[in-house]
Amino acid sequence: MSKRTPLYDVHRALGARMIEFGGWEMPVQYRGILAEHQAVRTTAGLFDLSHMGEIEVRGPRALEVCQELLVTDVARLQLGQAQYAVFCYPDGGIVDDIIVYQLAEQHYFFCVNAANVEKDFLWLTEHNRGRATLVNCSDAYVLIALQGPLAATLLQRLTALDVNAIPRYWSASGAIAGVPTLVARTGYTGEDGFELFVPAQQGTHVWNACLEVGQTDGLMPVGLGARDTLRLEAGYLLYGNDMDAQTSPLEAGLQRLVKFDKGAFIGRDALWQQQTTGLTKQLIGLTMDAPGIPRHGYRLGVEGLTVGVVTSGTQSPTLGVGIAMGYVPPAHATRGATLTVDIRGRQVPAHVVARPFYRRG
Amino acid sequence: MEIPQELRYSEEHEWVAVDETIATIGITDYAQEQLGDIVYVELPEAGTQVTKDDKFGVVESVKAVSDIYAPVTGTVIAVNTGLPNSPEIVNEEPYGDGWMIRVEMSNPEEIQDLMTAAQYEQFIEAAEEE
Repeated sequence: MSKRTPLYDVHRALGARMIEFGGWEMPVQYRGILAEHQAVRTTAGLFDLSHMGEIEVRGPRALEVCQELLVTDVARLQLGQAQYAVFCYPDGGIVDDIIVYQLAEQHYFFCVNAANVEKDFLWLTEHNRGRATLVNCSDAYVLIALQGPLAATLLQRLTALDVNAIPRYWSASGAIAGVPTLVARTGYTGEDGFELFVPAQQGTHVWNACLEVGQTDGLMPVGLGARDTLRLEAGYLLYGNDMDAQTSPLEAGLQRLVKFDKGAFIGRDALWQQQTTGLTKQLIGLTMDAPGIPRHGYRLGVEGLTVGVVTSGTQSPTLGVGIAMGYVPPAHATRGATLTVDIRGRQVPAHVVARPFYRRG
Repeated sequence: MEIPQELRYSEEHEWVAVDETIATIGITDYAQEQLGDIVYVELPEAGTQVTKDDKFGVVESVKAVSDIYAPVTGTVIAVNTGLPNSPEIVNEEPYGDGWMIRVEMSNPEEIQDLMTAAQYEQFIEAAEEE
């Protein structure tokens, strides 16, 4: 049976259509995917992300453990700062993509994908070898995302914290609607926004406070349907679609995360080897040149031969054209390279573009 | 939930408006609501032969691809060519400007196999209970 977040009743009361996602019963839409997508691009949207996981890594050897597991240089984090990161298997395949925060000295906080919480915690535990204190505190938090051009203005109405003093990929702790909250200036939409880590028991209170304060400005609740179209336009990857245990960060276009010089980490040797030998597949963005919607699993072709596959695709609400991410051999990955998408047996023309597909402002 | 009395309905949630031997076909209000925002419509060309219960087109929502099935057999004599450019019309006016094709029926008796409005309403209720 699917799990429910503490905000389940709120979603039902708002008329949400619910679906099963990663073992959770989540809202896929309220008013409609296109309306919700547009709200985030033009005013603001509110998301329940409580299904995602939170893991704490604490103690005198916490940094050491983080450095060994993550490909990024975690030592570069300052207090309150966040990093997008991945951790890898010894063969270089990705275990998960996460955001890691340094909340205090010797205190790191991971936000991980909903479908991977147990897997990630097990992996961390196995490689911790008793060095740091690990806590899976996923059930302790409701995670609410407030995203859009009006996000900062709306959030400021609920707090004495100076929200504009929080730079992107930094966090601060303070009261939101009177509730002690970890406020992160992060998001998965390509707009300005915040992710609010709220004590679970106060989740409904903060959600309702946000909705109320934003009502007259066009704030609306947003489900997983629009979350997916938004992140795809912004060029963000989805674990399970665009990357998995058989994909390395180099193949996934995340080479900037991999800090070979920081010291040893799990997967370093395999990734170094791959970098030296060269990639056999590479993530690309593509835009359709004729009507047709590219979707996960559709084959990519060049001159009649299948060369790759679509991993994420949709009709872009903002751009009005089909967009997708997928993997092809590096020879076909140059910007402007033409290829075809097999849509129900028809080879529909498309071409490689740089990501993101959409940039705010 | 709109279910116009004068139309006939298929189990695949298409509606048919009958004018002598001409059948105008689209998808129902229930269907468009289930699909959500429609972003793509693929229709056959005029002159195409369609066969009852066979797929004649595709409608795509943001999340899903859905085949459209012919409720009757015949020749396509008109296509709503405005739809591919404005797929949202199917959501907004499923029985009006959201019509999809007009067919010259080869077996008008096939209309009798389709549900009346009352039968379709019951059909939806039963489906919802599952």
